[in-house]
Amino acid sequence: MDKQRIHTNPQHYSWLTDQLSPPSPLGSGLFQAFWVGGLICMLGQAISDIGVHLLDLNARDASTFASISLIFLTALLTGIGVFDKIGKYAGAGSFVPITGFANAMVSPALEFRREGLVLGVGAKLFTIAGPVLVYGVGASVIYGLIYALFIH
Amino acid sequence: MAGMRIGMQTIALSTRPAICGNAAYAGKKEGEGPLGTEFDFVTQDELYHQDTFELAEKQLYLDAIRKAIRKGGAKPEEVQFLLGGDLLNQIITASFSARDLGIPFIGLYGACSTMAESLALGSMLLDGGHAEQVVCAASSHFCTAERQYRYPLEFGAQRPPTSQWTVTGAGATLLSTEPKAPVLANVTQVCMGRVVDLGITDANNMGAAMAPAAADTLLALFSDTRTMPEDYDLILTGDLGQIGHDLLMQLMREQRMPLPDEHYTDCGLLIYDRETQDVHAGGSGCGCSAVVLNAHILPRLQSGQLRRIIFMATGALMSLTSSQQGESIPGIAHAVVLESPAAGTLPLRPA
Repeated sequence: MDKQRIHTNPQHYSWLTDQLSPPSPLGSGLFQAFWVGGLICMLGQAISDIGVHLLDLNARDASTFASISLIFLTALLTGIGVFDKIGKYAGAGSFVPITGFANAMVSPALEFRREGLVLGVGAKLFTIAGPVLVYGVGASVIYGLIYALFIH
Repeated sequence: MAGMRIGMQTIALSTRPAICGNAAYAGKKEGEGPLGTEFDFVTQDELYHQDTFELAEKQLYLDAIRKAIRKGGAKPEEVQFLLGGDLLNQIITASFSARDLGIPFIGLYGACSTMAESLALGSMLLDGGHAEQVVCAASSHFCTAERQYRYPLEFGAQRPPTSQWTVTGAGATLLSTEPKAPVLANVTQVCMGRVVDLGITDANNMGAAMAPAAADTLLALFSDTRTMPEDYDLILTGDLGQIGHDLLMQLMREQRMPLPDEHYTDCGLLIYDRETQDVHAGGSGCGCSAVVLNAHILPRLQSGQLRRIIFMATGALMSLTSSQQGESIPGIAHAVVLESPAAGTLPLRPA
């Protein structure tokens, strides 16, 4: 049998695919990420200011207060099915603030609830956030070592 | 006389097995699409009154099969084989449905090519005299496919423009040698596809991964049957989407067998309105070709609006593991030639 019936090679086909596949819209994507991400950061700053001026927190506690509030809001918005739409619109703009991490934890918890609390939620909770934690913690250990040995 | 091989991949079915029952059960988004009014049933609830999405898909599958059998004037106990599959691991939708139905079951995995694969095998069973009545079915569900292949539903990920939207739906077709209901179409030829892989690794561009297999099967069918694209009122691929559609057109042009624009389309382009429904490159999934064929195409064959068509569903035969290990995506395409029972069948061009 004629093994190669279509007379084309993978290189040509790969080129053809690139020609016919529309790229992700870069300009509008950047703009959407910029304004939503900026808005989330402004909200965080506002919460932090409320902490300092109205709740008598010191700067460190106020920033923790802002992080916790944003995590709570994201978890709530994920739970009521709104955050995935924000993420779809704003991409990294909705992810780079701590909100993305909260969404990455809550969405598998919701999704895998039906497989049970142990093998579902327990085992799958970190499917998305896991790599971030592994390499985040790993990088901080390396940085900490360098800091302790050479800089401090 | 029973079927006969023509050429390398095609089998001509001399008994012309009849399609006499069809059913398409679809989800809400599909119901809001251009074919919304043609489905037998549209569920507004993605859970379809079940506890899990997997059970919802199974129930859609089961209901579609029962409906197709009923529309074909038969009873489940008179059906000798159920041929079907779906996208989930270990094809649980199909096998759990078979458990409830009690029909001898041939489980198939052809990824999104399953509807054509099951029709082809079912027709050969009838043509070979091994059964008088078989039912073929395929399904997919957006929520079950997402969690198996991609991300949790509430995860806020962006999809690239080349990605496709998995259709929620189940389609079933009853084939019979002695139909008790009006015949919708006859299966006259089947062409089993080869696995073709031109090195696409991007799981977000399935159309591109499957288009070479579609071209391969089409070329085999045309060569084996000595026909040309113009001999068919419609060439319908399963779920290539916009990019796969364009690539197939381009590949066929390069092979000097161009597909006429007005006679070639894809189920993934028919099922949604790509402008308003936010599905990027179009629909995908086993259910895509299954519901479009059963709801939209078979009635047009019955009325004679379409006289002879190629229904070719395409599948991407990768798994999550193979994708993560960086393997390219093998594609497959199976084709069946369907002819209208109405008078005035399209004459074949003299070769």
